[in-house]
Amino acid sequence: MSGLKSGSVVFEHVRKTFGSFTAIHDLSLTIEPGTLVTLLGPSGCGKTTTLRMLAGLEHPTAGRIFIGGKDVTMLPANERDVSMVFQSYALFPHMTVLENVAYGLESSGLKKAEAREKAEEGLSLVGLAGFGSRLPAELSGGQQQRVAVARALVLEPQVLLLDEPLSNLDARLRRRVRTEIRDLQQRLGFTAVYVTHDQEEALAVSDRIVVMHEGRIAQEGPPRALYETPASSFIADFMGEANVVPCEVVGIEGNEAVVRLGSLEHRVPGRAAQPGPAKLAIRPNAIRLAPADGAGLQGLVRHAAYLGDHVEYEVETEVGTLYVVDPDVDRSLAATTPVAIGLHNRGVAIITA
Amino acid sequence: MEQRNRRVDMTLGLGLAGFVLLPWYRIEEGFYAFRWLARFPFGADEAPGLVQMVAEGRWWLAVVAALLLAAAAVRFFSPAGEARGRLLTALGVAGMGFLVLQGFAITFAGWSWTIGEALFGPLSIGQPAMGAGAVVVGLSFLFLFSVGLAEQGVMRGDFFVIAAIALLVALVAVFVFYPVLSMFVGAVQDIDGSFEPSGFLRNIQDPAIWSLDCVVGGARCGVAWRTLWLAVMTATGSTILGLAFALVATRTRFPFKKGLRLLTVLPIITPPFVIGLALILLFGRAGVVTTFLSDLFGIEPGRWLYGLTGIWIAQMLSFTPISFLVLIGVVEGVSPSMEEASQTLRADRARTFWRVSLPLMKPGLANAFLIGFIESMADFGNPLVLGGSHGVLSTEIFFAVVGAQTDPSRAAVLAIILLFFTLSAFLAQRLWLTGKNFATVTGKGDSGIHPALPRALAVGVNALVIPWTIFTLVVYGMILVGGFVNTWGLDNSLTLAHYARAFSVSLQDGSIAWTGVAWDSFWTTMMIALIAAPLTAAVGLLTAYLIVRQRFVGRNMFEFALMMSFAIPGTVIGISYIMAFNMPPLEMTGTALILVACFVFRNMPVGVRGGVAAMSQIDGSLDEASLTLRASSWRTIRRVVLPLLRPAIVAALVYSFVRAITSISAVVFLVSAKYNMATAYIVGLVENGEYGVAIAYSSMLIVVMLVIIAGFQLAVGERRLRRETRIAAPAGVRPLPAESIKEKIA
Repeated sequence: MSGLKSGSVVFEHVRKTFGSFTAIHDLSLTIEPGTLVTLLGPSGCGKTTTLRMLAGLEHPTAGRIFIGGKDVTMLPANERDVSMVFQSYALFPHMTVLENVAYGLESSGLKKAEAREKAEEGLSLVGLAGFGSRLPAELSGGQQQRVAVARALVLEPQVLLLDEPLSNLDARLRRRVRTEIRDLQQRLGFTAVYVTHDQEEALAVSDRIVVMHEGRIAQEGPPRALYETPASSFIADFMGEANVVPCEVVGIEGNEAVVRLGSLEHRVPGRAAQPGPAKLAIRPNAIRLAPADGAGLQGLVRHAAYLGDHVEYEVETEVGTLYVVDPDVDRSLAATTPVAIGLHNRGVAIITA
Repeated sequence: MEQRNRRVDMTLGLGLAGFVLLPWYRIEEGFYAFRWLARFPFGADEAPGLVQMVAEGRWWLAVVAALLLAAAAVRFFSPAGEARGRLLTALGVAGMGFLVLQGFAITFAGWSWTIGEALFGPLSIGQPAMGAGAVVVGLSFLFLFSVGLAEQGVMRGDFFVIAAIALLVALVAVFVFYPVLSMFVGAVQDIDGSFEPSGFLRNIQDPAIWSLDCVVGGARCGVAWRTLWLAVMTATGSTILGLAFALVATRTRFPFKKGLRLLTVLPIITPPFVIGLALILLFGRAGVVTTFLSDLFGIEPGRWLYGLTGIWIAQMLSFTPISFLVLIGVVEGVSPSMEEASQTLRADRARTFWRVSLPLMKPGLANAFLIGFIESMADFGNPLVLGGSHGVLSTEIFFAVVGAQTDPSRAAVLAIILLFFTLSAFLAQRLWLTGKNFATVTGKGDSGIHPALPRALAVGVNALVIPWTIFTLVVYGMILVGGFVNTWGLDNSLTLAHYARAFSVSLQDGSIAWTGVAWDSFWTTMMIALIAAPLTAAVGLLTAYLIVRQRFVGRNMFEFALMMSFAIPGTVIGISYIMAFNMPPLEMTGTALILVACFVFRNMPVGVRGGVAAMSQIDGSLDEASLTLRASSWRTIRRVVLPLLRPAIVAALVYSFVRAITSISAVVFLVSAKYNMATAYIVGLVENGEYGVAIAYSSMLIVVMLVIIAGFQLAVGERRLRRETRIAAPAGVRPLPAESIKEKIA
């Protein structure tokens, strides 16, 4: 399994329409070999369509797709050097685990014995050696998921495609399996395209994240850049929750911008900021609540909810209702308590778009 | 790229083989006899296309050769890709188009249209019907067309899917639409093929068809109105009875509910005319009941059974089980929570039933009515046995073809009228009832108990169901006993003579001799049914796969046309097959092939239905997973789809097998001395008054089919126990899905 050939992926002005509905508008994207790139977005944003076009399960209406430098736009799915892990795993219920994993190898023309041998290798790679004679229905969800990964990986594809691979697992298992997938990807060094709608999952596993919105790329970059410098209020809100409030940039000082938020002034890192009205994305945990002191931004607690390790507040202010996460569970503020609003340095970003 | 070239090479190879290695024209004594091998390749009748073109002076075949050569040139001088794809597609279309054109333009006597002669001068030689070579070359053009589309990236470049769609469309066009079209054309043609509308005009205005005399005076109405009246009466009666049965089976504490459900198997295994036959044995002039009544009360034996009344009773017996089956689903589909809600709103049981339950069943009742209507219209067996001189459309069509004076134009006109009635009912069912289903189909999260029926209604339905069940049992008892009685009415002593005459076997010179009169048609029937069943299942399931799993232009049209072909009465199919396949370019009458084709395309929609239902339960990502695992569509079907569809396949196989044995309406037109079918043979026996042998043969058929169905049910039952843990998704293992019978139209 060491000889995985990781390939690059290039989308060139790809467009996809279903009847009168345009699923993808003019998508151009390059994925470097050996990286794990996540397509992230709400349902209906076109991320799965993009993945399926890469797999050959849909063909683009216009544009070109290259895998490992080769134009595959017109190639059917079974002639492409990619393989895919499905959301439902799509394990063949009438075949044993080993037969499932060997299926693709046999389809590629390997001898039966050879295919079995490689399939066994693949199973031990995902820690399921000895499970080969079971039927998929006799495995747990997490095990089925690993079979699906093994089945895709034994083909040693240039690109591994993962379509929401964790969505059928419970929350605890999800964390473990995503770590396993990431480990495997880094150990074997294959290129992976990963579709999910869960931003936390995307942040955890990706080298780069491509956020999609209504058939277009909304923003693309490393996880940290997306989280810390969202380009639009959509990104800010989608990549972890954010309060998006109107503000005014009153001055630029080196790499920092001075913004005025109601009666509060705050310094924010902002390279591209221009003086004038703008929007500020504030993470819920970047808001500091203090006893009301009459100066700065004032607010009134509307709702408070105790959630074990933190308290959630809704605070009404002159710039709108803010959603606040406060780790200080000992100081529980009751509804109608007046508070003063302060901001941390981290978790606040100017949105230009 | 390699694989793409290989595909083109194989297609071209197929074309070449068809043009050089197979006889181009139809072999009169049958291709599969392989006697043509002796005179191949230089016999004038047996020569392949190449020799026909060079040596026999059939120069127009040069176009075929040129198109094949052009395709070969494209293959070798143009790289695989979209441009080559377009060229290959164009050549494929041109090839298919030319084959069809030359087939119609040039027949035995040369040009069949004067325009050909005007353009190219007279021909020295005509041509017979297409043979194996022509068909294979046609196929290769079709594949060429598909390869071309695949190279252009159509259907995600999937050659198998494109070729399958193209092939199915071609088959349906040839075996469903071309015959029906030929029938329309035949209606306005003279026997020699020239345009002659007078027969059509005379027949379409014939008072024997359209007269309304019965409304104003004592005389008889036209056959169209009588058929319509009969269909309405049968549909009404069988719907009411079916509803009563459904209510008894689901809403009462009737002790024999399981037994009642067995009734639904009866119409599948009963050859359509058998009920009529049993009725004759009961109520005919020499029937048991008739003689009993005349002996006891001196009631004069009458001929009342032979006519619409008798046909109506027979059809009620035949179609009530179908309506019952449809309505069980409807009655069970009414959500109990609706009825419970009604009861909590102060409505008593009667009010709940009449104001909530029944209105919710209305669309289902309408559906059952339309099915009964179409069934009655299409029924041929019962009217043939009981109609006497009071025929209906389907029998009149038959007599217009085989009667004393053959009048194909009249048969065509009657068939068109019949087709108009059934298609209207079918369209009504499709368009008007679509989306009007109130029944909760999911069956999930809808707990609750159906309330008992209001007392008066419970008494009413029981009063209908119990006598009718007894009547049905008596009728079927008659069928089983009838074969053992000498001559009903005259000599009621028991005998084995009928069975001996039909099924005797003797040993001659150490080998078995099938001396019974029935064996010949029995074995033919079994053979044809055995050939037709797997083909029907294959075509039906392939179609289902395409409809469920593939998106292509005109998919809805495709499905609609297929289902519509099911609403074409068998008699109409029969007459149209005769009109279409009796002369070049395709000549098949008198062969086994035409019977097989007829069964495949008449029973295919059931396979489609069953396949669609089963396939919808299999997660589509399984196919996609297989594709991304380097498997072709064909391999995917073989390794993934088919194993998961096994129950549906077996159901389709058994159903088409049984249907091929019991059907009569289309068959009666298509049988020949060499290939006689059991049902047609039995009808012949009835016409000769040999009721004993006829009924003995019928019971034999029923028993054979019961054994087949029971064996199949056992096999499926076992399989289900063993594999329950293995497959969760494709459950719904129902031997003969209710849907299929709902769609069944005799």
